[in-house]
Amino acid sequence: MADVITSRKACSVSPLKMSQPIGGALAFLGIQGCMPVLHGSQGCTAFGLVLFVRHFREMIPLQTTAMNEVTTILGGMENIEQALLNLAQRAKPQVVGICSTGLTETKGDDIEGYLKLIRQRRPELADLPVVYVSTPDFKGAFQDGWAKTVAQMIEELAEPATVRNEDQVNLLAGSHLSPGDLEEIREIVESFGLRPILLPDLSGSLDGHIPEDFTPTTLGGTRLEEIRAMGSSRATIALGEQMRGAALALEMKTGVPHVLVDRLMGLRAVDRFLHLLAELSGRPVPRSYRRQRSQLVDAMLDSHFFLGGVKVAIGAEPDLLQNVGHWLAELGCELRAAVSTTESIVFSDLPVERVRIGDLEDLEREALGCQLLLTHSHGRQMAARLRIPFYRIGLPVFDRLGAAHQVLVGYRGSRNFLFEVANLLIAAREEEEGCHRLPVRGAPVEDARACQCQGEERSAG
Amino acid sequence: MSNLSEKVQAVFQEPGCAKNQAKSEKERKKGCTKQLQPGAAAGGCAFDGAKIALQPITDVVHLVHGPIACEGNSWDNRGSKSSDSLLYRMGFTTDIQEMDVVYGGEKRLFRAIKEAIDRYDPPAVFVYQTCVPALIGDDVEAVCQAARKQLGRPVVPVLSPGFAGSKNLGNKLAGEALLDHVIGTEEPSYTTPYDVNIIGEYNLAGELWQVQPLLDQLGIRILACISGNAKYREIASCHRAKAAMLVCSKAMINIARKMEEQYGIPFFEGSFYGISDMSEALRNLAGLLVRRGAPEDLLSKTELLIRREEQKAWEKLKVYQKRLAGKRVLLITGGVKSWSVVSALQEVGMEIVGTSVKKSTEEDKQRIKKLMGEEAHMIEEMTPREMYGMLKEARADIMLSGGRSQFVALKAKMPWLDINQERHHAYAGYEGMVALVGEIDRALHNPVWQEVRLPAPWAEE
Repeated sequence: MADVITSRKACSVSPLKMSQPIGGALAFLGIQGCMPVLHGSQGCTAFGLVLFVRHFREMIPLQTTAMNEVTTILGGMENIEQALLNLAQRAKPQVVGICSTGLTETKGDDIEGYLKLIRQRRPELADLPVVYVSTPDFKGAFQDGWAKTVAQMIEELAEPATVRNEDQVNLLAGSHLSPGDLEEIREIVESFGLRPILLPDLSGSLDGHIPEDFTPTTLGGTRLEEIRAMGSSRATIALGEQMRGAALALEMKTGVPHVLVDRLMGLRAVDRFLHLLAELSGRPVPRSYRRQRSQLVDAMLDSHFFLGGVKVAIGAEPDLLQNVGHWLAELGCELRAAVSTTESIVFSDLPVERVRIGDLEDLEREALGCQLLLTHSHGRQMAARLRIPFYRIGLPVFDRLGAAHQVLVGYRGSRNFLFEVANLLIAAREEEEGCHRLPVRGAPVEDARACQCQGEERSAG
Repeated sequence: MSNLSEKVQAVFQEPGCAKNQAKSEKERKKGCTKQLQPGAAAGGCAFDGAKIALQPITDVVHLVHGPIACEGNSWDNRGSKSSDSLLYRMGFTTDIQEMDVVYGGEKRLFRAIKEAIDRYDPPAVFVYQTCVPALIGDDVEAVCQAARKQLGRPVVPVLSPGFAGSKNLGNKLAGEALLDHVIGTEEPSYTTPYDVNIIGEYNLAGELWQVQPLLDQLGIRILACISGNAKYREIASCHRAKAAMLVCSKAMINIARKMEEQYGIPFFEGSFYGISDMSEALRNLAGLLVRRGAPEDLLSKTELLIRREEQKAWEKLKVYQKRLAGKRVLLITGGVKSWSVVSALQEVGMEIVGTSVKKSTEEDKQRIKKLMGEEAHMIEEMTPREMYGMLKEARADIMLSGGRSQFVALKAKMPWLDINQERHHAYAGYEGMVALVGEIDRALHNPVWQEVRLPAPWAEE
């Protein structure tokens, strides 16, 4: 339904988009004992590092090949070799993930070739798996970098199996899922007696736990053996459209069939997911989820008063936009403005007139008259200018705590989301009507009380 | 490109830098920055440094010419405050695409400058060159010149691609851009005998505002702060100042020295951190101004103010003496001069168990020795693992450092305080030092440390 328009501006203002290499790096951060490396100038890494530290409030292992002007022109083989040797010696990772950058892609470094030569030259690196992904900064966006990287992990590390494990399923997680989301999904899948292998698994590495000891690499995540064992799974569930490519790659390589579950927010979406799990496992939907479903339906009934007809502006990467957009529309919200970062087929049936591939300046212009804004923390300036309530979704969220534990998926996550959004709208309305403002000196106190009563009546109604 | 390498060489030759002058001709050519180790490097690039130095100029458009990574991954992430325009907090970038890499990005850059001026009407546009346009040979200077001519607005090229070197080099290249294109291009509407420039102060967390009231009391006017809370016009006309103070000597010495050379503005190096340093700074400013013709009573007025403010500060600090005496501090910092903090902490009876001197000059080290005794534990380089060990074994009670190492302390369940550029509290001036000690007290005596160290009742010994 939606038209897709790409901004023709030469000057992008208040970017929504982030670059491919750090999307790739984050995917690598979901592997245990991993050290992601950006092949570029040290700044490429520093910016990504700061971004993730501010979002997750965790230590982020992320290294650089530290290219300078001369090494860029001569080619970066020695830098990659040196980086691998240094890492192997100091950080002792179980796997190294390399993402290229705009700098080294402009030069045209043949990294696959380099890696072959380095392996010949350096037998001491023989046991160190290295996954390389091409992720130029001047193409695509964060989500694309993540998607390519997961597909590449599978190409490099997954193995075909002779025996099939009937309980085991692969879950390929898109970049729109938080560690909290992944925890929720794992719990749901396990409740059907299935044993999931999550790739990548940020819920193991960036969920903010306290490790026993200090490690310079990732603190958890998908284990290498698990990735290798994905070929013996019963099925693969691709969580998010962006994971379709990776699921296909796995199917081609190992023959494990895949299903795409592109939405995990909202009643219908979660229904479909649980139905699929029931079919896969041959078990009925557990009682606790039947109960949660009923709670969600009740929450929808309670909150529709506040959400119906509300005009909404969303800025998010494609898969997150799809999830949040459909769910809000199902609750009666009107999607007025939708801006995203990169091409995707999920836009085609999004209930909105048009999706713009653009920036927050575009969103701000189109959001005039909207009553609610949903985007990442960079939307804070425009929300203040527009004076509308602002719900933070996606990455980065650097000005509020708990981003890693924000759960939007499943019945529970969907329910919490709609309560939080409705509460924001209620609070904004109260603010606007001045219900909780102290009465002006000399003004009768009754006025304030009357106003508050009305508010209470309305929320009860 | 040749222009860039000339600039880099010129910056490395900086005669104002004592460290530089102590080197042989050959060593000096190599530059100040140590060769980066691929796979073991941390820190920002030259572009990052240039942006840090200039972004605090509040009313101009800061346009980053490069792929999305450089601005998209990093914008709105610094705590420099403004009392007026908020334009500096928005992100502007050309977000160059593959086609621009192939055909060149100059036309896109020109259009972007025009769009930014049309839409935001800034007094000037600063254009930051990054690695990719530098590599493909975009002539940023020529585009800026053409834009200036055609659009009738100052357009300042900042040549500091990330691969040119470190953050520190970028600070200096930013200084060169100001010297070449901004300073001296306009005249102030009036001058006074009390006009000064503050160079290298970024008004992080509003620190300038802890100092400014003191100057106001003395009638000293800040003609321009480079670059905290600065407006374009102030910097353009700051060559009429009578004296200057250089705050962070490593970052912008080239501006101070060249302004002395070209416009006869004498300067001194000082710091606003620490009580005695603050007093020294006021004394020096007053002294320089009187030397340049300001009425002599400024000196006695200054002494009076110093006596009053010092007394007030020490009185406030006394409250903390009992609570903080004997507490051991691990001080890992570069930005805030170690010794200025050391003396204040010792004054309230705290013990410094170690301080980093990675970015300190010989002179700094001598001062630390004087303060802490010959056995002063000076740390050249400390790995995160060593820091973690030191805290875990409780050889220190609190760590003060930059955000990068905060999780080292927090994961060891030890108090930590941010004293670098992302900090949210202002620590400058007399007030600031009291605030810092207050924050240390608040961190150290929070009962949360007892709570988080509680083992779970079921945990095994």
